[in-house]
Amino acid sequence: MADSHASTPLAHQFEDLEQQHEAASLGMWIFLATEVMFFGGLFAGYTIYRNLYMPGFDVGSHLLNVTIGAVNTAVLICSSLTMALGVRAAQLGKRHALLTFLILTMALGLAFILIKLALEWRHDYLEGFAPGLNFTFAGPNAKSVELFFCFYFAMTGVHALHMVVGMGVLSVLLVLAWKGHFGPERYNAVETAGLYWHFVDIVWIFLFPLLYLIGGRY
Amino acid sequence: MATAAVGPETRVHYLNVDYGIKSWLLTTDHKRIAVLYLVSITLFFFVGGAAAALMRLNLIEPNGALVEPATYNKLFSIHGIIMVFFFMIPSIPAVLGNFLVPMMIGARDLAFPRLNLLSWYIFMAGGALCMYAVIAGGVDTGWTFYTPLSTTYLNSNVMSAALGVFVAGFSSILTGLNFVVTIHKMRAPGMTWFRMPLFLWAMYATSIIQILGTPVLAITLALVGLERLFHVGIFDPAVGGDPILFQHLFWFYSHPAVYIMILPSMGVISELVTCFAKKRIFGYSFVAFSSVAIAAISFLVWGHHMFVSGQSIYAGIIFSALSFAVAIPSAIKVFNWTATLYKGSISYQAPMLYALGFIGLFTMGGLTGLFLATLAVDTHVHDTYFVVGHFHYIMVGGAVMGYLGGIHYWWPKITGRLYPDGWARLAAAIIFIGFNLTFFPQYMLGYLGMPRRYAVYPPEFQVLNVMSSAGASILGVGYLIPLVYMLWSLRYGPVAGPNPWGAKGLEWLTPSPPPTENFEKTPVVTEEAYAYGAKEGAVG
Amino acid sequence: MWQGFPIRPDQASTIARGVDHLYYFLIAIDLFFTAVIFLTIFYFALRYRRRSQKEQPPQIEGNIPLELVWTAIPLGLVVIVFLWGTSLFIRNSRPPAAAMEIFVVGKQWMWKLQHPEGVEEINALHVPVNRPVKLTMTSEDVIHDFSVPAFRIKKDVVPGMYTTLWFEATKTGKFHLFCDQYCGTNHSLMRGEVTVMEPTEYEQWLSGGIRGESMAQAGAKLYDQLACITCHGTGKGPPLVGVYGKPVKLSDGSMVVADDAYLRESVLYPSAKIVAGYPPVMPTFKGQVTEEQLLQLIAYIKSLSPEEGKARK
Repeated sequence: MADSHASTPLAHQFEDLEQQHEAASLGMWIFLATEVMFFGGLFAGYTIYRNLYMPGFDVGSHLLNVTIGAVNTAVLICSSLTMALGVRAAQLGKRHALLTFLILTMALGLAFILIKLALEWRHDYLEGFAPGLNFTFAGPNAKSVELFFCFYFAMTGVHALHMVVGMGVLSVLLVLAWKGHFGPERYNAVETAGLYWHFVDIVWIFLFPLLYLIGGRY
Repeated sequence: MATAAVGPETRVHYLNVDYGIKSWLLTTDHKRIAVLYLVSITLFFFVGGAAAALMRLNLIEPNGALVEPATYNKLFSIHGIIMVFFFMIPSIPAVLGNFLVPMMIGARDLAFPRLNLLSWYIFMAGGALCMYAVIAGGVDTGWTFYTPLSTTYLNSNVMSAALGVFVAGFSSILTGLNFVVTIHKMRAPGMTWFRMPLFLWAMYATSIIQILGTPVLAITLALVGLERLFHVGIFDPAVGGDPILFQHLFWFYSHPAVYIMILPSMGVISELVTCFAKKRIFGYSFVAFSSVAIAAISFLVWGHHMFVSGQSIYAGIIFSALSFAVAIPSAIKVFNWTATLYKGSISYQAPMLYALGFIGLFTMGGLTGLFLATLAVDTHVHDTYFVVGHFHYIMVGGAVMGYLGGIHYWWPKITGRLYPDGWARLAAAIIFIGFNLTFFPQYMLGYLGMPRRYAVYPPEFQVLNVMSSAGASILGVGYLIPLVYMLWSLRYGPVAGPNPWGAKGLEWLTPSPPPTENFEKTPVVTEEAYAYGAKEGAVG
Repeated sequence: MWQGFPIRPDQASTIARGVDHLYYFLIAIDLFFTAVIFLTIFYFALRYRRRSQKEQPPQIEGNIPLELVWTAIPLGLVVIVFLWGTSLFIRNSRPPAAAMEIFVVGKQWMWKLQHPEGVEEINALHVPVNRPVKLTMTSEDVIHDFSVPAFRIKKDVVPGMYTTLWFEATKTGKFHLFCDQYCGTNHSLMRGEVTVMEPTEYEQWLSGGIRGESMAQAGAKLYDQLACITCHGTGKGPPLVGVYGKPVKLSDGSMVVADDAYLRESVLYPSAKIVAGYPPVMPTFKGQVTEEQLLQLIAYIKSLSPEEGKARK
């Protein structure tokens, strides 16, 4: 993966560009498999507790702001579109389009993180929903509501961390694209980064209904 | 054989192509990275071994001959953490796998050489965090980090130890990823899946487990860290969390991790037995697929660590049945290795002695696994020394024997030098005897009821404990001898030549030590692995 | 007791002999296969040792019938062991209906045991011989494990839940009680002794030990102190008479059996399961009652049930 940035398009260990390309995408797919298992542990824990403490989880879910969550979902889906267009631009060797789409993707990613941080987490914290820091929610099922918020913060936090890493990768690509590094012969890095970006979006597509839409609200 | 006449001193190879510390710390050559791992895990092995020596010394007397229980707990915790995460798991994959996977498939390097170097740095960072935990006062969670003990009740350096294991896990994931991509995409022309040496099948199966299992451990330890930092209650019953859930998640990784440790050794044994019997492997596809079967079943048996944890009886029954299923592919391997010897031309150089030792000890370790899969018997021996004996037979009698056998077998390839075979055979014999004397009494202690992780114990267990400690001192000597003659051979050992054992396989076609690019020309494979009957030089 | 060189602990409970027989069977399998593998290797190693460097052994690819045989034989054997071990385990897991009950609380690093009659012991358990005993266990802090090797029994003792274990001692004498789950600094000192006595001696010992009231009486006192009666005796909350061991209908329509775990949860986390027809007004008693007191309250509620002990799981 990292090796596709080498100064010559073909790294010494490969026979030809096709082999190099296939190796890079297989590597990213396998990496995504490890990510599935990583999030899988969290999802498994969430599912078990959701079944054990259904009422508390419903209460917790109702305390989240669905509108903001939905807006963020839309933002992320748009960023996946721009990312896909960016990969296409790289394949066709359109440097200008690639730069535009990379910047758009990063802007949307940044928007997601800012919305999450400024509108949601800050609000949750001020309301006293942060377990271990200031959890003050009282009422029936308080302890399972707290458990819900444990998972809410852990899952959205890990997801946001992946977004930040993705932003870092995109900014490296942006610099390389600026230098005219990519072309029809070498767009591996853009494609594999694109795979990663889509994966992080898909995780959110699962997180949104699990966290925001449970409890027979809709 | 022209290359054999040229000594390793005059020819350019991967070891002398560049000098200086920088050329090692910034290398992307898989062979040099393998050597980096070899040096690091040897250090970790002796740290973990020192902890074990102190434990055995303490257990000579029922009331503890040496240390307080608090210190004893730290010793077994650090012994477990270091040996499992920083020695056994990286041992064969990161050292021999790194060196051999590209060479065995006829490639110039792994698919992602820089990622490979990064894996080593990640590994060392994890190791440094764990060593910090030791130096800063120790950690006493046990290697299992059970909650709520680890999250709420202990004041030792749990965070840095858990973080160290968490970090090292990514090294394991990336190494596995590198191997899978390399084996899939970079095989030389003619190297079909069923022409691959069985070591590669074993590495492939191992890598799959590393890739799919390790992330679950990572998230589990991350949650333990969160719980410790913010006092939230994911595993804490005080907030409605479930400590048993931790055990499910932990063993979902840590049982397959056992196979991360033993499968590579099985691969090594297939290489050694064929080479020193001059025979094809008996039942190639059975041995190959049994590796894959073990990897697949390994993900379905974690619950056998929890038969007495309060999980439901039905879960226990299902996990018991699945655990028995692992016995079948393991038995198939043992029978096929034994059958490979039939009508062979068997020589007894040191690697072969380790291989035969492996088969014997693994058989005994595997069979005692049946006791632990049997619900009614496990209820009695769970968390006793029986379990300690069982997994040391697999991990030390099996995996470490395989690792040492492999190191002895490929040492001439790695360094270009031969070690003194007589000393090596002596060491193998001492290790075999010392090992049995150390761990066989532990089975007996276990059935008598002695719990594991006990710093002090009732006096009636003393005789067997003294026997075990005596064996441990022999075992310790056995492990020190190879260290001495291996280091000696680096300078004074006879020059090995490209193929000192008359072995088959692409790695033996290139000079020892190999040049940086492994092969002058990409080899073309025209025959099966272990074609010992075929004419010399038909490969390539 | 430990003279000579024992290979097994005392067989001091009804299940010990059965477990040992299975153990011996496994040892036989173990010895058989170890012998087969070792002897074959030794034979081949001598018979086929390399006599000259030029030797070219015949190459054998494999043998499918042989592979099937050595797959089928181990498979058959493990199926036998599985069925044997599982049926024994299921039998050993079921406490007889007439078992006397003892409550166990583990805490770092001691065992606290309570007899229903009110006698409390620390790191010691006295029981009569030839009478089934059921243990209901929980922990105040971390996970412990209650193990008596001479009885071949063992079960984790987990905070936040009740686990159960039972045995029927067949031999008088003193036997080890171990904590088998690593529980912190003094884990290896968390040991005790089980004393099995003749029934008459046991009665004597028991009556000598009773200083206060029985567990149910202690529970009744707590019931007063905590003013449970202001709701549960007035119809504001569900009545507790006769509820033990009976199914209860919850506000969400589901049914639950009022066992130890349910009662414990209802005291600590009252809103988790609301009985149908009652408002969720009960405050939590978490932090106000210890695990031992909880067991006393449960013993009291149980004593209000005419069919006490019958419907217990």
